[in-house]
Amino acid sequence: MELTRRNAIILGAGALLVSGMPMRRSAAATSEEAIAAFTGGAEIGSGDIELIAPEIAENGNTVPIEVSSGSAAEILVLAMGNPTPNVATFRFGKLAASRAASTRIRLAGTQDVVAIAKLDDGSFVQASSTVKVTIGGCGG
Amino acid sequence: MASGVKPRVKVPKKAAAGDTITIKTLISHKMESGQRKDKEGNVIPRSIINRFTCDFNGENVIDVQLEPAISTNPYFEFEALVPEAGEFKFTWYDDDGSVYDTTKKIEIG
Repeated sequence: MELTRRNAIILGAGALLVSGMPMRRSAAATSEEAIAAFTGGAEIGSGDIELIAPEIAENGNTVPIEVSSGSAAEILVLAMGNPTPNVATFRFGKLAASRAASTRIRLAGTQDVVAIAKLDDGSFVQASSTVKVTIGGCGG
Repeated sequence: MASGVKPRVKVPKKAAAGDTITIKTLISHKMESGQRKDKEGNVIPRSIINRFTCDFNGENVIDVQLEPAISTNPYFEFEALVPEAGEFKFTWYDDDGSVYDTTKKIEIG
């Protein structure tokens, strides 16, 4: 291809698009992939799931969260804005008195935390909560 | 094996049969996420605990898969049913293959 002015402009625009997109793209793609891997592409409703997270977390290194559900077999927790969105997967056994657990997680910045539960009947429900983070928890 | 790994678990000593008890667990572990860089700019390799399980007399209570987004010194709180006297077994699985475990007995009274 001859490098004419027109071609140079097209190339430049293309390069801009390619360099500008990937960050957002890949983050969205991986959280979607993580959800798809968990649900197997099934539809996600809302209902029997609760996610308790603070509205504002001063330190993104330890953000206390709690998930609970009446009839969940498994609960997946995702941090949509982290470099790797998966946070944890809780599987409840026979002797779990309640389908609830709490833990502490890392958040890279202000973002949505999402909990998706697989209920005993095989359906999926989700809840989400936005957490404002003052200091991110991923180092740098 | 990561250094200074110490599991700590809080389980009541006694419970009535069929009771629900709250269990709190914490293990000291730095949970290196694989995202951080050292002074020279090299990525510090990931080193985390990737799985935690709790069983009572061989019956599963909870099984958690951990990702790098779990904080340093992973902490879990959950509830368990106590059908009879027995022993809780807590197990943590490290990325490097180490397994840390601890047990707690509970009486019916």
